[in-house]
Amino acid sequence: MSTNFGRSRAALMRVALIIAGLNVFTANHSAFAQSSGETIASVSPKVVKIFGAGGGAKLHAYGTGFLVSDKGHIVTVWSHILDGDTVNVVLHDGRRFEGKVVGAEPPLDMAVLKIEAEGLPYFDLAQAAAAGPGTRVLAFSNAWKVATGDEPVTVMHGVISAKTTLAARRGAFESPYTGPIYVVDAITNNSGAAGGVLTTWDGRLLGMLGKELRNTQSNTWLNYVMPMSELKQTTEEIITGRFSRTKKDDPDEDSPGKPKLRRYEALDFGIVTIPDVVTRTPAYIDRILPGSQAEKVGLLPNDLILFVGEDLVQSCRMLRDELGRLEANDPLKVIVRRGDVLVSVEMVTPRKGEE
Amino acid sequence: MTAKWIRCALGFLCLPMLQALNAAETDVLKAQQARVEVVQKVATSVVAIFSADGNGGGSGVLISADGYALSNYHVTSACGDFMKCGLNDGKLYDAVIVGIDPTGDVAVLKLLGRDDFPHATLGDSDALAVGDWTYAMGNPFLLATDFQPTVTAGIVSGLHRYQYPAGTLLEYTDCIQVDTSINPGNSGGPLFNAAGELVGINGRISVEKRGRVNVGAGYSISINQIKHFLDHLKGGHVVDHATLGATVRTGADRIVLIDSILEQSDAYRRGLREDDELVAFAGRPIGSVNQYKNILGIYPKGWSLPLVYRRDGKKQEIVVELRALHRASELKQPATPKAPRPQPKGKKGPEGPDGEGPATAKLPDEKLPDEYKKLFVKKTGYANYYFNQQEQQRVLRGLDSLQSWKAVSGKWKLTGKTVANEDFSLTMSETKLGLLLPNRPGLQPLENGADFLDEPPGSGGLLAALQQLKLLLTNGPEVFTEFSYVGSQPLDGRGASVDVLLTRKGGVETLWYFRKADATFVGFDSSLGTDVDACEIRFLQFGDFAGKKFPSRFTIRHGDADFATFDVLTMEVGPAAATEGAN
Repeated sequence: MSTNFGRSRAALMRVALIIAGLNVFTANHSAFAQSSGETIASVSPKVVKIFGAGGGAKLHAYGTGFLVSDKGHIVTVWSHILDGDTVNVVLHDGRRFEGKVVGAEPPLDMAVLKIEAEGLPYFDLAQAAAAGPGTRVLAFSNAWKVATGDEPVTVMHGVISAKTTLAARRGAFESPYTGPIYVVDAITNNSGAAGGVLTTWDGRLLGMLGKELRNTQSNTWLNYVMPMSELKQTTEEIITGRFSRTKKDDPDEDSPGKPKLRRYEALDFGIVTIPDVVTRTPAYIDRILPGSQAEKVGLLPNDLILFVGEDLVQSCRMLRDELGRLEANDPLKVIVRRGDVLVSVEMVTPRKGEE
Repeated sequence: MTAKWIRCALGFLCLPMLQALNAAETDVLKAQQARVEVVQKVATSVVAIFSADGNGGGSGVLISADGYALSNYHVTSACGDFMKCGLNDGKLYDAVIVGIDPTGDVAVLKLLGRDDFPHATLGDSDALAVGDWTYAMGNPFLLATDFQPTVTAGIVSGLHRYQYPAGTLLEYTDCIQVDTSINPGNSGGPLFNAAGELVGINGRISVEKRGRVNVGAGYSISINQIKHFLDHLKGGHVVDHATLGATVRTGADRIVLIDSILEQSDAYRRGLREDDELVAFAGRPIGSVNQYKNILGIYPKGWSLPLVYRRDGKKQEIVVELRALHRASELKQPATPKAPRPQPKGKKGPEGPDGEGPATAKLPDEKLPDEYKKLFVKKTGYANYYFNQQEQQRVLRGLDSLQSWKAVSGKWKLTGKTVANEDFSLTMSETKLGLLLPNRPGLQPLENGADFLDEPPGSGGLLAALQQLKLLLTNGPEVFTEFSYVGSQPLDGRGASVDVLLTRKGGVETLWYFRKADATFVGFDSSLGTDVDACEIRFLQFGDFAGKKFPSRFTIRHGDADFATFDVLTMEVGPAAATEGAN
């Protein structure tokens, strides 16, 4: 019985495989060319090139985003490119706009920008799709900044290899996002590709290309995509102005003991560092806000922050990453260098809502 | 029971589906079969290139039955003047370098020993669309010890990509971006379209933190660019790319403006000025600086291209001749093969794999046959002057019908009418040249090393030009101090493709044009110096003058103006003709 059933299952599997095969490999080139050509023509104009903060060898100053409303809202990844007040957004036709961050959700590694333009082609989030392993996909991004002006973004093809949750890091830092992802077999996650889109063969939006991260277990580079289902609600909330950094689906947002999703930053302790201008700007304190914790514990301008907890902090960026990992009521030990001496101070992360 | 029920249900549900799927399965198999056939067919043209001692290496592709093959300059430059090339028949062939393009990273080599090499068909890279399937073939990581090329498939990710110069010269313009996997060792190998036509030469990949391997962005030099340079390369040259002699900038509303322009440039002489808006170039609209660079990058120096500019709201179309991008010294080819680039321990050769085993092929230790050694001639400015000599001889056959002029000495006297119905009389003796033409007479002495002048004034040196023609016809190319084959180009920027020969003598540089299609001698340009407009003579018709063929109708043009069109009615030649006249 089980054998028979097994055989039937094998037959079913075979049918499924053939169906998948039709999708997964080229039935014939002309059929593929037609559909992919149309998909590429319709998707490419919805993807934008973003130029912002950064520069230098390892910190690229370019990225990708995609239009999600007819009012000029653009979803992209939360990254250093957005550190400046504004970014340059270049449309498929070469038109250039100033983009402003209207909302960000670092735990989701995403941000929403807005440009003052209307009537542009955009992805209707209501039409966003989900897909399983084996689905043929196309990835669109401005990887390597190979496209400038009105040049169309890069298109790559691949297959969803797996749906899993993200366990990844960049350098020594865990990815803030740990939710579900698609893993693709194409090398989609390159410099500047984050914020690009993954679509089905017929152009339905599946998700946003993630950053260049390594798998925490295998240390291999990951090509992952964050499904739109994870980003959709926040995106819509940011667009409609209903978004606050604590998620709406947390009914008890002010109840104590709940982990806060918002990242802490130096300012929460009353510390203003010098402007983060180069890849490894030393984390010097520029100013101390009056009445702040930092003032109370005696931190001073020109102190160089060396350690946060047990971790060596070599730059403003690393300081931000370290602080971003803190949760409410965490004790915070900071060691600074003042002249020739090391000074150790202790603070406590403020609870959200106390600001 | 249950199992039966399931089977019944399955059968019931799946029967129509299975029928459809059987049909689809057949389609899949057919497509697969077609793909396999394409790959099998083109695989015969793919070349694995090694240096003579088996070091380093890369890939290439045959493009003609007599053994011409394309590769990257960065592959051949490390392999020496004579190379070893493996084909998928498992055999190793000797090959010699023919021509190189250090700027565009292209090299032409010639495989030796057969006149029936399997070869690829050149496709049209401008017909590609983003999303098209492509195959890259070659020898990545030097995996194929039996020379069976590796095949990878992917799509076109982007077209008309501009890749900034890497190092000093190398620049990839108007190139094809693919997600087809391209790795070290693929360099110089072919990119085929789905039909198996050669559309590009793979040469560059984006790399950063993941090491020197494919990360999803490979760049292929378009075959259409290579077509422009192919005859130059087959002429054994170190070819050069071009500049307009002007720089451009982006203005408001994404228009492209001339930022500065060299007064010595042809573009300046044709009327282009600072702040003019560049509208179109070589027939392509210009919307960005990259587009301009893309277009400029795919043409050899010396080509003439149509250019449209706008000034004060008015559009003007001109044809501009491109200047050399580099000085000759900048392109200088090292006389001896470069030592392979230093690699970390355990890795040899310029295209060595990254930790994937030794990159040295064990090649049979055979001496180069003596008959092959003469196929390489060293000369400054050339990758291999031997091939220039071969092309000179080929193109000179266009003068075969004018052979009867050979060794005919003495004076020429031509008379006739211009299309404006003016009488002209042209005398070309050993000592002086003279033209009698109403309002535009000219006199050019030839004795005592007299310089050639713009005579008649405003012609660009018509008399000097005709003297070059007389020298070529009666003495042959040996009489010139310099003689070479240049390559091919569209005549006057828009005409049929012509082979170009170059001569220099007494400060006059002449370019001789022979229609590629039928080797017909169609005209020539003589210049009295660099950065001046030439006297351009175009033959419209040949006639018979006392048993000798000579242009009976030709136009003379200089700069932006027609000087005249001559109809030759009589022609007297040499002492014999003079005697006849005296009788």
